[in-house]
Amino acid sequence: MTGTFTWNLLADIRDMWAYDAMVNAFRAGTIVAVLAALVGWFMVLRRQSFAGHTLALVGFPGAAGAVWLGLSVTLGYFTFCLAAALVIAVLRTGGRRGYSEESAVIGTVQAFALATGMLFVSLYKGFLNGTTELLFGAFTGITADQVTVLAGVAVVVLAVLAVIGRPLLFASVDTDVARAHGVPSRVLDTVFLLLLGAAAAEASQITGALLVFALLVLPPATAQLVTARPGRSLAVSVGLAVLVVWVALFVGYYSPYPIGFWVTTTAFGAYALTSVLTGRTRSIPRRAAA
Amino acid sequence: MMLAQPFMQHAFLGGTAVALAAGLVGYFLVLRAQVFTADALSHVAFTGALAALAAGLDARLGLFAITVLVALGMGTLGRQARPDDVVIGGVFAWVLGLGVFFLRLYTSTRSGTGNGSAGVSVLFGSILGLSASRALTTALIALLVCAVLVVIARPLLFASVDENVAAARGVPVRLLGFGFLALVGTTAAEATQVVGALLILGLLAAPAGAASRLTTRPLPALGLSAAIAVASVWLGLTASYLVAVPPSFAILAVATLCYLGTVAVQRLRRGSAVQPA
Repeated sequence: MTGTFTWNLLADIRDMWAYDAMVNAFRAGTIVAVLAALVGWFMVLRRQSFAGHTLALVGFPGAAGAVWLGLSVTLGYFTFCLAAALVIAVLRTGGRRGYSEESAVIGTVQAFALATGMLFVSLYKGFLNGTTELLFGAFTGITADQVTVLAGVAVVVLAVLAVIGRPLLFASVDTDVARAHGVPSRVLDTVFLLLLGAAAAEASQITGALLVFALLVLPPATAQLVTARPGRSLAVSVGLAVLVVWVALFVGYYSPYPIGFWVTTTAFGAYALTSVLTGRTRSIPRRAAA
Repeated sequence: MMLAQPFMQHAFLGGTAVALAAGLVGYFLVLRAQVFTADALSHVAFTGALAALAAGLDARLGLFAITVLVALGMGTLGRQARPDDVVIGGVFAWVLGLGVFFLRLYTSTRSGTGNGSAGVSVLFGSILGLSASRALTTALIALLVCAVLVVIARPLLFASVDENVAAARGVPVRLLGFGFLALVGTTAAEATQVVGALLILGLLAAPAGAASRLTTRPLPALGLSAAIAVASVWLGLTASYLVAVPPSFAILAVATLCYLGTVAVQRLRRGSAVQPA
């Protein structure tokens, strides 16, 4: 979708919002940005980026399978992402063999999920353009119903996150001490993976399965460079994610290049700039734990 | 019967060599907990191939050049050439975005030549479309990767298991880290042609994960990992020839089943032994 750009930004925005599709895209984008920024913040802190990336990719076979069976794409995303979160939680051997075992499990889940998606695509003939869309996102095809579903799921996920937030933070920063204080860190692990799955499924519908990562990792990582205090850092993360999505939607509307490219570039630009300015690549230390 | 078809011969030749390299490299990836790095590099391979296509060059050129360069670049960002996961995540989210950009550029500037599916074939590979010369080149590069890896296997193993002791004994840990990243980059670029940028990870992680569950001794595990990878490719290719499923899917399905099999074996073994506290 390409409009004609003038330097009168206000008029441009009014022009853009005259389309229902763009208004829905902004609503959905904002919801997803807030959710991804909050869940992603914990993900970056817990160093579970790889798991987050995998959960996002799992959305692809979900969506492809749903299209093949003629079901709702949203349903496909959520079913597959949540199921994969459970599989990862069950298969890892509880940290007994450490990170290397976990990464083998996650890698296998991811590759197999993608291969399954590939199978669904080939079963459903004549779907090639749709494949690119599922992988790289389509901001403009979002309906009002989808926005409602996105908002509903986001509220549930955020409510759970609010309840487990404090113990989760404790368990993430220092697993052993938290466990000694009676924090049920294994249960928290599983619940958090499920939240991550839900957040990834939400974001997949906007940015496509491959680019969810830009919203889940980059704004939280940038925020953690800015300040080490959890409350402020979370706020910065949310603000940044929303800003990234808005800028990307705006630029994407007026340029011929895909929205996913603008989302990732804006987010990465902010991260790179911040890490140059602060001269660090990581600020919140995490005690080594299994 | 099946092997009488030239395209199957090429697929077997290229596939076996790539599987061998992936099995060996994958074992070290799992040991060094760098699977995520390989994941990122496989996505970089996607962008590299599309960038070269968009510029009108041979896809392989961009593939190898960009993948190895990014591999080394990520090494410089991490301690002892081991990149941090936030750095990896950040870099490759952006690289993927660039990939989409090049995909759009390629399909819009060179449309009409029937390449709308270029993105999909780079992502998911086209093993049955390998030509004789291409299969041979693929095999040679893969064997080269294997040879280099075998030469550096002992010091690399030492450096992976205990970095500090290895460094104290005069093993060039940092240099090995970079060398290994370059090998991973080369393998990722190689495998992109066979199973596709998105699916390499299966050949890297699943056989290695299975092998390291079966035995803790490094050399047998290394061999086992390569064997499982090669077997996955053979069985997968055969299955896709007999039943009409995409070869990439069949290969990964076999690899995943192997992994699940070892998980089951391990659970049974642990169940029969005395339960440790």
